[in-house]
Amino acid sequence: MRAPSRSDGTRRRLLVAGAGLGAWLVVRPAAGASEDLAAAIRAYTGGADARPGRVRLDVPKLVDNGNSVPLTVSVDSPMTPSDHVAAIAIFNERNPERDVARFALGPRSGLARVSTRIRLATSQRLVAVARTSDGAHWSDAIDVVVVLAACIEGES
Amino acid sequence: MSARRAALAATAFAVAGACASFASGQADTRRSGAEFMSPATQAIERDDTQNPAMLWVADGEALWIRKAGRAGRACVDCHGDARISMRGVAARYPAFDAVAGRPVDLGQRVDLCAQRHQQAESLPPESGPRLALESYVALQSRGMPIAPPADPRLDAWRDRGDALYRQRIGLLDLACEQCHDALSGRRLGGSVIPQAHPTGYPIYRLEWQTMGSLQRRLRSCMSGVRAEVPPYGAPELVELELHLMSRAAGMAVDAPGVRP
Amino acid sequence: MARAIVSVPPAAKRGDVIEIRTLIAHPMETGFRADAEGRRVPRDLIRRFTCRYNGEVVFAAELFPAAAANPSLVFHTIAVESGTLAFTWEGDNGFAQTETAAIRVT
Repeated sequence: MRAPSRSDGTRRRLLVAGAGLGAWLVVRPAAGASEDLAAAIRAYTGGADARPGRVRLDVPKLVDNGNSVPLTVSVDSPMTPSDHVAAIAIFNERNPERDVARFALGPRSGLARVSTRIRLATSQRLVAVARTSDGAHWSDAIDVVVVLAACIEGES
Repeated sequence: MSARRAALAATAFAVAGACASFASGQADTRRSGAEFMSPATQAIERDDTQNPAMLWVADGEALWIRKAGRAGRACVDCHGDARISMRGVAARYPAFDAVAGRPVDLGQRVDLCAQRHQQAESLPPESGPRLALESYVALQSRGMPIAPPADPRLDAWRDRGDALYRQRIGLLDLACEQCHDALSGRRLGGSVIPQAHPTGYPIYRLEWQTMGSLQRRLRSCMSGVRAEVPPYGAPELVELELHLMSRAAGMAVDAPGVRP
Repeated sequence: MARAIVSVPPAAKRGDVIEIRTLIAHPMETGFRADAEGRRVPRDLIRRFTCRYNGEVVFAAELFPAAAANPSLVFHTIAVESGTLAFTWEGDNGFAQTETAAIRVT
């Protein structure tokens, strides 16, 4: 990012897509994004397939602000010692980094459901991958639309 | 958010709006900014265990009982239990401060108290402790109707605020009323334009990723239309707040709010 | 010490699945933002969260820059016995904080 220059005593800022004054410096260009996402998921599963199913990723389709997006991930599982979700990982497509969060669960959890709030730099796909106690991987994906803030604020 | 909870939330907000109807029987079309947010954001505001603003409220609650300044005095030493003494206070601010000879908003009042009665350092605008105390005090008015004081000393200031609300400013040459009166409910970019009622302040604004006062929000709007932004504490900002609170008279306080 | 709010049901029946809600004040600075002068604001994140139930880890989370500021985590655990739930957040710049809550299980 170039340092801002001054003319006539006015500071110009490089405006980058994203929320707020200190905006994201990088939004991944669409071209490499989905391959990176697939690679990140493969790295997590150790190359195994993450089958769609059993996992439900709940995110509003249209968010008020990309800085704070509520997310709930739940997995259909009896959560017994012999059959439970051991871990859930959330991945994104177009933030600067693919990882969003990773959760460690177990039979003590009782219910495989976790909620948190995440940041989304732009409209993109989110994927949740659950690792079950038998070593299998299940997944769900959702496409989220993120709009820019209506006004670019510059006050200090 | 489940459909049932969304319906309950919508009903709660509608009832709150209806309760602010004027005696004339005319339907009150004023709505809190919360009603223009997505159900997901509304759900965060309505849940005290999930509303980030409650972190500042918790800080305020702790500061209320902490002795400070050369006077070694805590808020509680003069004001007692805030749940009793501060009940309704935020709903009737800004108020006239005789010593300063001008109206002050709630944040300024907290700062003046700290300086005058605790002999403590000033609490700068938008600082953590000032917002924390402001949030804690504002919470004590939650659910109460906004009740601007009938104090004639405020009249000239409030009238100036009214004029400011209608004055075009900035490179975009826009007045507050153009968006917030005529176009509320419609969209600016991807965002829905609210009616600019200050019922929820101070707010946790998702755009800021932190807590902020109405003065910060007004300055952001002015910056947004590329107008010269008055400094924190400028009289114009208090004048505008006086006008906005008068315009919102009778509406329920929903502080501390969450806004996009 | 950052402000934290933890919500745990004070009492539960043995075997109940209880929901725990946590919230902590933290800017979760991503390291991708620039300040008004164009300088990169250094990364400052909470990286790990752990919930221990009478000492045993029952839930853990790893957070990345994509986690929102003032992070919230809501999860579940089975009320197995009375005791103490301990919530620990750890992160950059030596950030480490633990909050506890008692639970009565009958």
